Amino acid sequence: MLVVLNKDAFQIQREQDVILFRNRVKEFAVRIGMGVVNQTKLITAASELVRNMLRYASGGEVLIEVITRGRENGIRLTFKDQGPGIPDIKLAMQDGYSTGRSLGLGLPGTKRLVSEFDIKSTVGVGTTVTIVKWKNG
Amino acid sequence: MERIPILRMGSFLLVTIQVDLYDRLALTLESDLVQAISKTGAQGVLIDISAVSIVDSFMGRIIGNIASMARLLDAYTVVVGMQPAVAITLIELGLTLPGVQTALNVEKGMQLLQSRIQVTASVEEAPNEDDDAGSPE
Ligand SMILES: Nc1ncnc2c1ncn2[C@@H]1O[C@H](COP(=O)(O)OP(=O)(O)O)[C@@H](O)[C@H]1O
Ligand SMILES: [Mg+2]
Repeated sequence: MLVVLNKDAFQIQREQDVILFRNRVKEFAVRIGMGVVNQTKLITAASELVRNMLRYASGGEVLIEVITRGRENGIRLTFKDQGPGIPDIKLAMQDGYSTGRSLGLGLPGTKRLVSEFDIKSTVGVGTTVTIVKWKNG
Repeated sequence: MERIPILRMGSFLLVTIQVDLYDRLALTLESDLVQAISKTGAQGVLIDISAVSIVDSFMGRIIGNIASMARLLDAYTVVVGMQPAVAITLIELGLTLPGVQTALNVEKGMQLLQSRIQVTASVEEAPNEDDDAGSPE
């Protein structure tokens, strides 16, 4: 059973919010005693997803949660925006695919960096990406 | 406006990144560096990222851009001081930095640049009697 121990919501509206948000995620990761490598993976993934949110959906909201399942503790981040949505998720998840003329590594790279990854998107409604990083995962 | 300082060290330029790069700062750094390379005739650029704890694909792309621009101006780029957790994360993210070499610290980076430049010089032209790489212009 998954239990939420603690949570916080964060609004992403401007580029400066990226750094503030990353610091917030770091605080949570440190609090549960996550090691530096896993912290770095989680924050890098989070950075990719907030940048996408800003770039493609002009912002949104992130829910930061400390979760526990069995004896594992972790951080769950839910990125929710009301942007244009992604018409072809399979395509967007491919390395190198980008409509923004950038590297196209944000979504597929993020999936590799975290323990659990889920993306839901509806054209004209928005996109929600959920990631989990277990402390020792 | 905030700017990242570019220091001249003999025939090399040293850029120490201590803050998180955002779009405008990164663009300013790119153009400042291009100008500095052409003005000083620098043969190498050292980018010290030892104070940087997160490198996402945005920042990776900036570093890659700098290296390709430097190469057009006949200068090599070495990234120095990458934190181990950052290196591990970049591999999983899928970010390779073509044309960018890495070194443990500034001193090792300078040695690498020096050997790089000597190899190129001995291939391109007959060896000259005075190979003082530190002489200006
Ligand atoms: N939140 C989002 N809203 C709409 N489209 C998105 C969103 N996130 C990603 N995308 C789409 O998915 C593509 C791939 O994203 P990503 O893997 O991060 O690479 P990049 O940002 O370099 O293009 C983007 O180019 C964009 O078309
Ligand atoms: Mg992206």
